[in-house]
Amino acid sequence: MGSINIKDIAIGFGEVKIFEHMSLDIAKGEFIVLLGPSGCGKSTLLNAIAGLLEVRAGQIWIDGKNVTWAEPKDRGIAMVFQSYSLYPRMVVEQNLSFGLRIAGLPKAEIAARVQKAAKLLQLEPLLHRRPAELSGGQRQRVAIGRALVRNVDVFLFDEPLSNLDAKLRNELRVEIKKLHQNLGNTMIYVTHDQVEALTLADRIAIMDKGVIQQLASPHDIYHNPANLFVAGFIGAPVMNFLDGKIVRENGSTHFIGDDGVSIDLGAAPLPARENQPVVLGLRPEHISLVASGGAGTVAGTVAIVEPLGAETILWTEIPGKTVSVRVDGESTIRAGQNLHLRFDPAHARIFDKASGDRLVATIA
Amino acid sequence: MTQMVEPSGPMPHRFSWARLGIYLVLGIAAFFFLIPLWVTLMTSFKTMAEIRFGNILAWPGHFTVAPWGKAWSSACTGLACTGIKIGFWNSVRILVPSVIISIFVGAITGYVIAFYKVPGARVGFSILLIGAFIPYQVFLYPLVRIFSSLGLYGTLPCIIIVHVMFGLPLMSLLFRNFYSALPIELFNAARVDGAGFVTIFRHVILPMSTPIIIVATILQVTGIWNDFILGLTFAGRDNWPMTVQLNNIVSSTTGEAAYNVNMAATILTAAVPLCVYLISGRWFVRGIAAGAVKG
Amino acid sequence: MSDSILQQPQQGVERPGSRWRARLRTQWPAAIALLPAALILLVVYIGTMVWTLRLSFTSSKMLPVMDFVGWNQYFRLFNTERFIISIDNIWVFGVLFIPGALVCGFMLAVFIDQRVRAEGLLRTIFLYPYALSFIVTGLVWQWFLNPTLGLQKVIHDLGFPHFQFDWIVQPTRVVYTLVIAGIWQASGLVMAILLAGLRGIDAELWKATKIDAIPAWRVYFSIILPMLSPMIATASVLLAVSVAKLYDLVVAMTNGGPGLSSEVPAKFVMDNFFERSNVGLGSAAASVLLVSVIVILSPWIYSQYFRRQGGRK
Repeated sequence: MGSINIKDIAIGFGEVKIFEHMSLDIAKGEFIVLLGPSGCGKSTLLNAIAGLLEVRAGQIWIDGKNVTWAEPKDRGIAMVFQSYSLYPRMVVEQNLSFGLRIAGLPKAEIAARVQKAAKLLQLEPLLHRRPAELSGGQRQRVAIGRALVRNVDVFLFDEPLSNLDAKLRNELRVEIKKLHQNLGNTMIYVTHDQVEALTLADRIAIMDKGVIQQLASPHDIYHNPANLFVAGFIGAPVMNFLDGKIVRENGSTHFIGDDGVSIDLGAAPLPARENQPVVLGLRPEHISLVASGGAGTVAGTVAIVEPLGAETILWTEIPGKTVSVRVDGESTIRAGQNLHLRFDPAHARIFDKASGDRLVATIA
Repeated sequence: MTQMVEPSGPMPHRFSWARLGIYLVLGIAAFFFLIPLWVTLMTSFKTMAEIRFGNILAWPGHFTVAPWGKAWSSACTGLACTGIKIGFWNSVRILVPSVIISIFVGAITGYVIAFYKVPGARVGFSILLIGAFIPYQVFLYPLVRIFSSLGLYGTLPCIIIVHVMFGLPLMSLLFRNFYSALPIELFNAARVDGAGFVTIFRHVILPMSTPIIIVATILQVTGIWNDFILGLTFAGRDNWPMTVQLNNIVSSTTGEAAYNVNMAATILTAAVPLCVYLISGRWFVRGIAAGAVKG
Repeated sequence: MSDSILQQPQQGVERPGSRWRARLRTQWPAAIALLPAALILLVVYIGTMVWTLRLSFTSSKMLPVMDFVGWNQYFRLFNTERFIISIDNIWVFGVLFIPGALVCGFMLAVFIDQRVRAEGLLRTIFLYPYALSFIVTGLVWQWFLNPTLGLQKVIHDLGFPHFQFDWIVQPTRVVYTLVIAGIWQASGLVMAILLAGLRGIDAELWKATKIDAIPAWRVYFSIILPMLSPMIATASVLLAVSVAKLYDLVVAMTNGGPGLSSEVPAKFVMDNFFERSNVGLGSAAASVLLVSVIVILSPWIYSQYFRRQGGRK
């Protein structure tokens, strides 16, 4: 139970169109993360699924039922908000039970559900406190509890961890993941934090300007980004991008950068027309240091060293560009040092400069 | 239900009794709020004959502006028949200096309390704020004695000073709250640059104060214009403000009550604060919020 | 107050040594700039208040004399019919006016909050009486309720000759007309304060109640109303203080009449000071007013102070 089908919906406010022709199919029990910069329409989509916003066109199906016109309460969903949205003058227990009491559930049933949720979220000692007396993390656990007691198949999370500090965010992230594993509910989770997306999601829908740019597993999103936007949005530091073109020489494919950098992509077939302007993308961990220069290497000078503990980022100047290189945290390289870099051709991704789409080699 | 329609796109608009009820309640409320004003306006354009035999809600059958002219220049207060214009100009003469001085004193006081630590200032400020809630009657008689002994009682400066004094709590609260919300770094940066008390106020703080000065002006203009008790007590016969004059005209018992003239005079008295209110709109509400909620 | 005491050691740690010299230099002009305010506080507020209290223990008639007659004026005060009527009236007025204005203001705020058309116009209509002088309000209502030419006549002319609404000339009813005019003037203020509170409520809270399927009226009463309680307290205090100050409206609308039936304490004080040459008695009445206002205010001041302390941490 709990599949969701978004069929070609459109949403706008007045003259402003948030998105059109949006479709998305979510399987039951799936954990989907809607990821994107602010204003990309991800929260709007979530609110439309919840029934808090009216669609202009299209249909929303939950659990095989057309709920396009249904009230939020009749959609079989529960929702957790960024600002917790707890009822401030009620204690935790009342916060959890208020909706159920309004719905007229029997007292015993309400008590049982509240007990269960409190136990699952370790809220038992807090049941008689008011929201103001709780920490941010505790408040958000109560908000999740309020969703739990509704006994529904679909959970919607609207940036639930954005108001918390980094440490609490990590803790609660793990709790949400555990919750999903225990309950097996369908979960749709909106965030702008890529770490949350990568760690939680079964599939990530990356959105920009009201369009889903890519819908794929975290692995695919990271390693095979569909376009320059996805490639640039995911990963810290961001993927290195080099402008240039692809040429075929002596039976092997070469990337020739505008600033003279040349990378041998091996015998792989051409992913683009010859001389077509392209962008080559390579993650910092796919650039390695080599002892001496030679064929296939690029000389550079370290400009800035950023030690991050387990790893160190070297911002290295090569002709016309500064690239980030991820090296071991033990590295003793210092700023000003001259290096030779090797670009790993197997991980290089080629994008069309004009459209931004990734170019995949076809047999040509 | 005649046939099943597959839900798609926006929900079809349905007539809602609840919505109708909301508009009905709001409409009735608006009627209740507007009707006294309507009656007053209509009365002021009617002849006395029509008032005596007609309906106070009705549109004037014989439209006349004579009552307005009479109210302005020749209505009688029991003492003289010079109209409400005397009161209008008295109010203006009281208003302008009172507003300027009270805002200036309030701004300085708020500035000091927000940024400097003067021993006892905070306690004094708290007492001052409580003072704003106490009825004027508690202070009036001794003040009259004080002004009499200074030879100022019943003069224009007297009423101006009184307005400045009784405006101080609200004005300094307004400015204190506004300045407290400014980043203290701004003040510290100026201090590091070597600016002194006056320089910081004139060149850093005052240029940022426009919004709160607007709010303060609105509050003081309406407040002082609408004042009755202070003007009655301190201004003296020659300087009685428009509200006092209006009350005298309406309650004067000589001859038959000229309701049309009275209502015209009433509207003339209400015109200044009403205009301020209509023009300032949200600023007026902001003034209420700033003055009331933080009390 | 006490949080300044808390702050001082912290700043001392940050800037040791130079702190005291810097303070002396900067405080000089600051202290001078505070002089007018200090003078007003000490003379106008505290000085005259003490003076009035002192006068209430004298036998002053037209001019103040500095003898001491103990509580005589207070005994006299509470044996003066005019004052007893005033107290009764202000009590009835307050009991009806404060809840009346709160309920009207709250309802208006809630109805306006329903995303209605012409919201700006409606807000303007509901708040404009607050911009008027009490004198204007009083005169307008006096005319509107005029029994021979006003509302009563309109209803008579409509074909209801037995309709009676002459409260403004009925000694037992006149105070209710003051209540009506007061509510008319003040409920816009309550609305503005509460509407600001309603608009400050997080949109997500409303979404949460929708997901929980809580009916709108239930949200307003069970969730929103408790959240607005600080603002309701503020509005109540403002209304209560305006009850104690009630003077201009009465002067303009009924001038205490018919007879003494709409006299109020603030008017009693003014009349005894300036017309009846009873300074001692007037001062005693003013002192009673003062004490009442302080009694009304103290829980509120205490809670405001308490809240501020809690908020800082």
